[in-house]
Amino acid sequence: MLLLLRFNAKTVREPIISLTAIKTGALINILKADVGARRGEIIVEVPDEKAKDVEKAIAEMGVELHEITKTIARNNNCVHCGLCVSICPTEVFYVNGDSKIELKTEKCIHCGACIKVCPTNALYFPI
Amino acid sequence: MKTVEDINAKIRKGDVVVVTAKEMKEIVSQIGAEKAAKEVDVVTTGTFGAMCSTGAIFNFGHADPPIKFKKVWLNDVEAYAGLAAVDAFLGATKPSETREFYGGAHVIEELVSGKEVELRAIGFGTDCYPRKEIETTISLEDVNQAVMINPRNAYQRYRAATNSSDKILRTYMGTLLPHYGNVTYAGTGEISPMNNDPEFRTIGVGTRIFLCGAKGYVIGEGTQHSPPFGTLMVKGNLKEMRPEFLKACYFPGYAPSIFLGIGVPIPILDADLARATAIRDNEIKTTIIDFGVARRNRPVVREVSYAELKSGKVEINGQETRVSPLSSYYLAEKIMKELKKMIEKGEFFLTMPVERIKRSEIFKPMKQKEIRIVREFMTRAITISEDVSIEEAAALIVKNNVNHLPVVDEEGTLKGIVTSWDIAKAVTKHAKKVSEVMTRDVVTVFPDDPIAIAISKLEKFDISALPVIDAKRKVLGIVTSETISKMMEVS
Repeated sequence: MLLLLRFNAKTVREPIISLTAIKTGALINILKADVGARRGEIIVEVPDEKAKDVEKAIAEMGVELHEITKTIARNNNCVHCGLCVSICPTEVFYVNGDSKIELKTEKCIHCGACIKVCPTNALYFPI
Repeated sequence: MKTVEDINAKIRKGDVVVVTAKEMKEIVSQIGAEKAAKEVDVVTTGTFGAMCSTGAIFNFGHADPPIKFKKVWLNDVEAYAGLAAVDAFLGATKPSETREFYGGAHVIEELVSGKEVELRAIGFGTDCYPRKEIETTISLEDVNQAVMINPRNAYQRYRAATNSSDKILRTYMGTLLPHYGNVTYAGTGEISPMNNDPEFRTIGVGTRIFLCGAKGYVIGEGTQHSPPFGTLMVKGNLKEMRPEFLKACYFPGYAPSIFLGIGVPIPILDADLARATAIRDNEIKTTIIDFGVARRNRPVVREVSYAELKSGKVEINGQETRVSPLSSYYLAEKIMKELKKMIEKGEFFLTMPVERIKRSEIFKPMKQKEIRIVREFMTRAITISEDVSIEEAAALIVKNNVNHLPVVDEEGTLKGIVTSWDIAKAVTKHAKKVSEVMTRDVVTVFPDDPIAIAISKLEKFDISALPVIDAKRKVLGIVTSETISKMMEVS
């Protein structure tokens, strides 16, 4: 499961991830971190069976928490060129039997690399 | 042996046999070229990719009072107006002056999808064209002519790209990840038009083609045409184009560009053409070049076939590297099928070229202003050997009116350098021989180095002369800041 953590001026100074890992014994994989002086955002991947415990532990420490369910999406601008294929670190994009570019969205880690690369502006994160 | 007239007669009768280039490979491998030539009349080929050298000529009609454009903009993208009063050429890669990620390509796309765009122009204000400015909105219906004219499209094959540097590069070949992180390539290989007729027997001036859904024409070899990296110059009526076969795009860090769909029908006149259209991706070779080196001649990383590129992975320096296409196979195949349908329905007739395009041509680099080299600035070096006395060295300096004496051995190989300053110091130190005061770690240049390199070395090391040496460190001469300044002033 992917979780988006939002830190405020207070929580951004705490070792939240480490505390949560120790408390729950969950292996937490940080996929993206944007940490500033007064706020921060981290996207983590946690094993499904530990998700409840992790969510509880993080919430108790005063960190805003959102589950990410919507991953990378595509609009009609796509011309199926495939420029995204070699950019995606987790191989979300692949060429199907019809030479079309298809997405395995469950592999998406929200890095956004493909969005910047797409020449027709066809990729986006749904809000 | 068939003629295009025979084939067109069959199209008229409705019994023409058309196959796509993809289907033709199978047919030839099963029944052979001789038989395939008898059974198949036309092979359709296709490509769909970003083609920067694209644009459109417009004639907007005259305003009242009339204007002769000095400058004209469509949605704030400037079009070239150095033509007759209200003619203009809009280039696909011209960026908008006000909108980010928007350019000529996007204006063309909006027009083809039936939208209106804003026209803004300023005029010279002449006796015959008194008007000085105009603002209006126009659509394709409002203009007299809207003709796509593309200096270079449909590259037969293209060099694939990678990046050895430690930085991400944003290029017209897409984003290239550092340390050979990926490879990108363009072209559709075995289904691409020119690869299916590499002798250009049927693709030439006057060949009717499918251009973004409209009937277009080849009007010549494209710019930079250099077989097997052949290109085509094409034209077609923008008013007849279909939005699904034309897509504006933007390459981050580069410019706007446009994806175009081009289909070319190849008449199968004989077995040779049948054989040509049977070409496979593994026979189509290109190179992977390194964009990490920002020079015209980028180093070749390796040779590669389109079959390898299409597999999605290639090996570079023992590492498996992922590959991204830049051309859409999906849309290229759709174009082949679409063109096939048009021919079968009797909506598209074939033409033979009225003139053939060249089968070999050299793509020349730009002629640049001559790069000045060290040799031009080199003067004779007064050399000395290291066991010479300080007095003798001083005498040489005075006699020849120089400040620098390269120190050499019997073979003339550079060992060090002494300057008039070193000699002055030697006197205060009571040194006896040159070897006691010479500088051994000498900064040098080669005669064929650009003079800019010599100047930057002089500045960097804060020195006033550089011995010019050959590969064996033999002293050929000397280049001094004094000579450079004098000669630069003159020129």
